[in-house]
Amino acid sequence: MVRHAVLQLAPEKGQVRRNLARLEAALLELAEDGPQVVVVPEAYPTGYFLQGGVRELALTVDELAEALDDLHRRAWEGPLDLVIGFYEKDEQSGDYFNTAAYFELGGRGLVHRHRKVFLPTYGVFDEERYLSRGHGVRAFDTRFGRAAILICEDFWHSITSTLAALDGAEVIYVPSASPARGFSGPRPANVERWRQLAMSVAAEHGVYVVLASLVGFEAGKGMSGGSLVASPEGRILAQAPVFEEALLVADLDLARIPPVRYDNPMLADLKSGLPILWNDLRRVVEGL
Amino acid sequence: MRKVYGVPGGEVLELDYPAVADYLTRFLEAELAWRGYQKALVAVSGGVDSATTLALAARALGPENVHALALPHAESASESLEHARMAAEAFGVDLEVIDITPMVEGYAGVRPDLTPYRKGNVKARARMIVLFDLSMAYRALPLGTGNKTERLFGYFTWHGDDAPPINPLGDLYKTQVWGLAEELGVPEAIRKKPPTADLVPGQTDEADLGLSYRRADVILEHYLKGYPDAYIEALGYRPEEIRRVKELVNRTHFKRHLPTVAVVSTTAIHEFYLRPLDFRIELP
Repeated sequence: MVRHAVLQLAPEKGQVRRNLARLEAALLELAEDGPQVVVVPEAYPTGYFLQGGVRELALTVDELAEALDDLHRRAWEGPLDLVIGFYEKDEQSGDYFNTAAYFELGGRGLVHRHRKVFLPTYGVFDEERYLSRGHGVRAFDTRFGRAAILICEDFWHSITSTLAALDGAEVIYVPSASPARGFSGPRPANVERWRQLAMSVAAEHGVYVVLASLVGFEAGKGMSGGSLVASPEGRILAQAPVFEEALLVADLDLARIPPVRYDNPMLADLKSGLPILWNDLRRVVEGL
Repeated sequence: MRKVYGVPGGEVLELDYPAVADYLTRFLEAELAWRGYQKALVAVSGGVDSATTLALAARALGPENVHALALPHAESASESLEHARMAAEAFGVDLEVIDITPMVEGYAGVRPDLTPYRKGNVKARARMIVLFDLSMAYRALPLGTGNKTERLFGYFTWHGDDAPPINPLGDLYKTQVWGLAEELGVPEAIRKKPPTADLVPGQTDEADLGLSYRRADVILEHYLKGYPDAYIEALGYRPEEIRRVKELVNRTHFKRHLPTVAVVSTTAIHEFYLRPLDFRIELP
């Protein structure tokens, strides 16, 4: 059993120091629950909509690691794994990315870094104007099992979670920032869509999905929250409310994954069947 | 054998109004908070938009933190002031009445050629002056009350009633404001009367615009989403109605933008130098 906590927080735009202090306060509040992995939404240190302000506020992964190490020393006893979304400046190339990193604080430090592949650039979104794309999805080993990170729109393409599951992921972490839109039902349409996606991805591959979704208004755009944890059968184990800060705590029992997959062997079938489809997949992709 | 028929899909204008009310309440709290305001100021015309805005403000901030202003002119319909009082009373907000007649007539006295239409614009801009002056006096943020239909039609006075820095209703069509108003308990007399800018005696919005809000809103939603005219006609709308909607939208884009600046550099504001409105960095 691995205890997870999702910090559904509302950052103050551009106030990196204050937002990290808020993260530290949230960790102190969680101490009594003893989470082993904490997941923080996309772009948390700065807020999501920055436009060209990315250049002023992006952090290198080392700068973030140093800040998180300090915070961890002050706020936490023992090791803590932390998944956090942030705008990253690559020290060598100077390029900017929408990144989420998995840190083992008080242990190995940076374990994995995922740079968002699918940068939404439509409607209210304009990421590719200011950011470079990441070029890969891969699973990685944590001290608890195997995991993958996908950021927001990455997860809306089922092929990314399929890749992660084929690569051995048992848990998919999804930091996101999703402005509310579509109010014809009691919960915004995008929140319903996230819930359906998480349930169907989890059930298709027999994985846990941990969604950490930003809240707070950013100049009229209301980040919707509704963070959740979905089980390998596709059940929602916990869901945070919409539009308000919340701490979500859930235990992930990785030992349940093999029996659940045995009952519903979609991933095993995919491993057998994918080579049959390989030629068509290549044909279609090469024809794009 | 049982036959089951599907329901055709389509654009939905009907909203879940309790959810919208909750969202807009949070919007007001959040947008005032980061600007450093605890209080709001609403100019209440007696119409449904400003009454709905007042209701939201009272919910978000508490009625004691909301200033309602009625800003009548001698030519305004007496019903407008009665309804402004009714709205303020309904939501427990104190109403301050300031007669703008001397301001407007002072200007009218030096420009005897002032037409009723131009005078209507002067009234709207006089109200803006009072709103912003009292914003400073009360340290209360002015709230805009314009709905999406009138914003799309340019049916407002530029730098007048569109001037307040935040607006909870600006992405709701007029028909949606009616639904929200009912949810929030705006009195029926205000919700059911014909909408009017009340800038010229006897004026109504729907006569000015040449079509009804209920029909206009459906046309607008489909037009904005890129449906072709033939599709909208097939829904039961006449070509002249569709044309009128498109005409109003297309001749008023400028009213929904900041003034045009000649771009001469690669740091031109809003062209090359792009920052969101709430962007701020911490300085050492």
